[in-house]
Order: sequence, then structure tokens, then C-alpha cells
Amino acid sequence: MNRRQIRLGFIMSAVCVLITLMLPLPLAGTPVAALMARPLTFLLTGVIVLVFAFAAGFRGLPAIVIGLVGAGITADMTLTLLRDPLIAGDAASGFWMVVIGVWLASWICVVALAGLKPRNSAFRKVIDLAIPLLFGAAVFYLWEVVVRGAGVPPVLLPSPSAAATKFMASLPILGADFVQTFIRGVLIGYAIGCGAGLLVAILAHRFEFLGRGLLPLGNFFSALPLVGVAPIMVMWFGFDWPSKAAVVALVTFFPMLVNALAGLQAAGEIERDLMRSYGASYAQTLIKLYLPAALPFIFNALKINATLALIGAIVAEFFGTPTQGIGFRISTEAGRMALDMVWAEIALAAIAGMAFYGLVALAERVTTFWHPSMRT
Amino acid sequence: MTSSTVDTIPVARAARRTHPLVKRSAPLVTIVAVLIIVWYIGAVLMNLSLVRGGFEREEAPYTTMELLEGTMSAERPLLPAPHQVVGAFIDGVFGYAPTAPRSLVYHSMVTLSATLLGFALGALLGIVLALAIVHSRVLERSLMPWIICSQMVPILALAPIFIVVLGAIGLQGLLPKSIISAYLSFFPITIGMVKGFTSPDPMQMDLMRTWSATSRQVLSKLRWPSAVPYLFASLKVAITISLIGAIVAELPTGAEAGIGARLLAGSYYGQTIQIWSALVAAAVLASGLIAIVSYAERKVAQRMGARS
Repeated sequence: MNRRQIRLGFIMSAVCVLITLMLPLPLAGTPVAALMARPLTFLLTGVIVLVFAFAAGFRGLPAIVIGLVGAGITADMTLTLLRDPLIAGDAASGFWMVVIGVWLASWICVVALAGLKPRNSAFRKVIDLAIPLLFGAAVFYLWEVVVRGAGVPPVLLPSPSAAATKFMASLPILGADFVQTFIRGVLIGYAIGCGAGLLVAILAHRFEFLGRGLLPLGNFFSALPLVGVAPIMVMWFGFDWPSKAAVVALVTFFPMLVNALAGLQAAGEIERDLMRSYGASYAQTLIKLYLPAALPFIFNALKINATLALIGAIVAEFFGTPTQGIGFRISTEAGRMALDMVWAEIALAAIAGMAFYGLVALAERVTTFWHPSMRT
Repeated sequence: MTSSTVDTIPVARAARRTHPLVKRSAPLVTIVAVLIIVWYIGAVLMNLSLVRGGFEREEAPYTTMELLEGTMSAERPLLPAPHQVVGAFIDGVFGYAPTAPRSLVYHSMVTLSATLLGFALGALLGIVLALAIVHSRVLERSLMPWIICSQMVPILALAPIFIVVLGAIGLQGLLPKSIISAYLSFFPITIGMVKGFTSPDPMQMDLMRTWSATSRQVLSKLRWPSAVPYLFASLKVAITISLIGAIVAELPTGAEAGIGARLLAGSYYGQTIQIWSALVAAAVLASGLIAIVSYAERKVAQRMGARS
């Protein structure tokens, strides 16, 4: 998108906001009179139009920054307007025009940001981070505005702010659920499953016969819907966390086995000959050559398993739990139609999942810095 | 296969031992056999106290042999013996009419239809998204990080909400389940296809430019053909995830039919054999689906002139 189109985009957003003066918001009386009754909103509309017009006059980064400021003010205005009970629930065309203006301006900013080609590497990193963040913020803004403006019943879809409020208000419950599901179920099962998978992979690598038998089996099992064993595990290990840990261990075992086995076989012929010429024992070769060579593969499995583990634990909780846990809370609150609590739990699961994945990825960066895929 | 000029008996025997089929399947058969033996031993050990308790409650005298037989044929064992599971599976598949509510075929079909519909939707969405991402730098930089992020989120946790939300607006039955399947399966396809569409190296892209090919021509002549291996690799991942999604989607909703519903009902009423046979049905379904995708992959590769 070139400079001319960006300028046109900003002018269009300004026009969108300007049109609002002629459309119902929906407040009683003629649109202009209704806005005049709210001097602040009226004033803001003028300011926003000016800011967008101003942004259209610049080029490059200044235009983007000014456009973002305009979009921010406009978004804030719509959110403030939504507090008005007359508008919330049945917003009319004038309101939606403003929202379209915000969307257009932020989209133009994202496009313009993506078009920048900075020389400075730190600056480039900031932009790489800013683009998805802006995109996400716009999506959340639209979700919030549509839910509150169109009056979507909270049973269908709560607004992000309602879920966030619920999240902050029920921190103790969420904390207990987190400990039950994540610390007890996921982490213990993950450690057992990945540890056992790695151990069996080492054995299968040491004894070729075992490896040739286990590899097809492992491939077969890792394609099966293994979470289905959850009811059996609940029957064997009871309602509490051991059954969840067992499901997680089983679900994480096979990806680790298959990946670690492939990794152990990744050590080169020359390196193996070198170890032999040093007269290294098997244990030394394993620690100094095979395991380090397998690390990228092992981390691949650890990352796959980080997601699988959380899913396994949550699904296992659908089959019975003591009265806490993320999966338990999701299924009971969904049954009671308390969707804001459900979304708060999902946010918790998402944060936990991302943090877990991030930690594994960080550990990978620290330990396999030598691998070509990391040297970018 | 190590052919020798003199075909003496020991050589023939050695040849049999190193025959590729034997060489490949011997370890697998051994390990499967060991696993089945371990399963039997486990069944005996786990059901022992259950069966003994049953005998003692009736105060009937029993021999060790009867005890062992009891562990092999308990009605609600902790761990059913393999032959019980296989028997229940065969009975479930062939014992009833395919439309009877006790038939495993019926339940598998319910799950399979949701899986396939979801898989088709997910594949379509995944490919469209990948095309959009490949053709728009803005989308690549704004959307891709979120797609990767959402990979780390336990999406299955969303399943009950989807069912509740879609049920509230009047959607029930097949579609909500397929939407979950589609939601789960489009990620691997998007990621794989973005990789596939961008896999042609710069030299090939340059060649296209020297021919002044339009972006649509580049897509059909270069990007699509080079993305085909990636497509099938991600389709294989996606179809298993799609099946898992359909099964899990049947869990929290109290669905009457489907493999997930069988699992849930089995766990409520302690019908262990029913759970195990439903699991076997799921395994058969999963491997069948993967086999179909692999077959299509081979056929397409042949048509595209690949040498196997």
C-alpha cells in the first residue's frame, strides 16, 4: 500500500467519524442536537476528525503515530458512550460508523507499519512486536464493542471486559484450579511421561531389535485419540490428581519416544567413529554425543507435549474430579450458563499454556544455542 | 536376499531369516506379543481381589483355577482381558444391526460424520488462510503470531463453550461437533501450507518472474505443486486431531450417540468392557482415516510423477 492510499485511508476514517454527526447514535432528537447535549462527545468528535486529517498530512512513522492516537481517542470515546444505558444494547448506525472509523484507522496503521523498512534492528524488533499486538488489540476492541453495542446476551458471548472483571474477582478460585490442574496433574504427569519416553527411547536405541519393534508401535499410538483412556484412568486412580497425571503421562509418552528415538539416531557416523577412537564407553558416548545430538528433537517433543499435557488434564477432568480444577470448572460453569467464568478459566488455561510453552522454548534457546536453527 | 551361488540348506535358512519381511516384522510381532502377555498378567493381577471378593461374598469354596478363570471373564473388570475386549468389539460391530443404538458401527458413524465434515471445513479454512497469509505481508505479520500463539492454548477446553453457545442459538447435533473439529484441525494445515507455499526457492521464483508470470500462475504452476507434500503431511495430523476433537466434543454435552458418548456412558455405569471396545473402535477409525490419507498421498504423488 503506497503513501497515497494510506492518506486516503485516514481521510476515510475522518469522514466516518464526521458522518456520525448526521446519523442517530441512538439518542432522542436530531443527531446534532443529541450530540450538542453532550458537549464532551461533540468536542471529541471534532478533535478526532482533526487528528485524522492531521495524520493524513504526514508521511511515514509520524503519520502512523498520529493515526494511532486518533484511533485510541475514538476507541475510548465509543467505550465511554457504551456506558450510557441508552446506547448499550441497541447502538445505531451513527455509533457503528465511529467503530468502522476506528477499525479503518487501526488497519491503515497496521498496514503502514508493515510497510516500514527500518534499518535499525532494535526498531525493527519493536515493529515486529507492535504489529501483532495492534492487530490483537483491534480484534479485542471489536469483540467488546460488538458484544456491548449490539447487546449480545452474555449467555452467548460475554465481553472481554466482563471476563477480565470476573478473572480479577475470582482469583482465589482460579488459583486453586490452577494448582489442582496444572501443578499437580500436568506437571507431574508431564515429568513422568517425558522421562519414561526418553528412557525407553534410549533403551530402544541401545538395543536395535527393541527399537525396530517400538518405532512403528510408537507412531501408531501417537496417532490414536489417547485422551479416550481418561475414564479408565479415573477408574483406576480415583477422582483426584493421580488419574489426571496418568492420562498426561500416557499422552506425552509416545511423542517423546518417537522424537527422542529419531534424535538419538541423528548423531553422525564421523562423530561416532571419533568417540570409538577415543575408546569411550557407551555411557560416555551417550552423555557426550547421543543426548546432545538428540536435544533439538527432544525439545521438539517437549514443546508438542506442553500443549498435549494441558489438553489431556482438562479432558480427564470432564470424567470426574474433586470439586476443583480447570476442566471441572469449565464444564460446571458452562452447564450453569455462567460464561464469563468459563472465559476466565479459558484465559487462565491460555496463560498457563503459553507460559509453559514459553519456558520450554526458553530452555531450548539456552541449551541448544549451537544448533543451526537457533543461529538466526 | 544375500544371494549365494550354492543354495544349500543353511544358506536358505539364513536367507529366510534375513528376508526383509521377516526382518521388519519380527521385532514388531515380538513386542506386540510381549505386550499382550503383560496385559493378560495385568488383568489377572488387577481383577484378582475383585473376583476373590465376589467368591467370598457368596461364601462358596473356590479353587485357584476358578479364580483365574474368573479374572478372565469378570463382568465389570478393572482391566478386561484382551480377548474380552476383542470379543466385545466384534460383538459391537457385527452383533447388532448397524442402526441399533448398541451397535459400535452406529456410534462410529456418528463420530465419523462429524469428523469428516469438520476435517473438510478445517482443511478449506486452513488452505484459504494460508493463501491469504502467503499473499499478504501484512496478514503474515499480524495474523501469524496469533495463529502460533493459539497453538499453545489448550483449544479443547473451548469445546464445551462452543457446544453451549451453538446450542443456545439453535444449532445442535452434527454441526457444533464439526465446528470444534474444524477449529482444531485448521491450525496444522495453515502452518503446513504456509510452509509449503513458501517452499519454492528464490531461484524458482526468479524464473517465474523472468517469464513474467502472474501471481495466479505462480500459484498454480509452482506454489501448489511444491506444497503438495506439506499438504498431505498436515492433512494426516489434521485428520487425527479432527477425530479427537469430535470425540471430546461429545463428552461435555451428554450426547446420546458417538464414541465419546459411549466412553462417557461406560464411565458412568462402570462398564469397562464398553469403554475399551469404544477405544478400539476409535483406534480402528483413526488408523483407517490415516490409511486413506496416505493412500491418496501415494496416488497423487504417482500422478505428479514421483518415483517411489
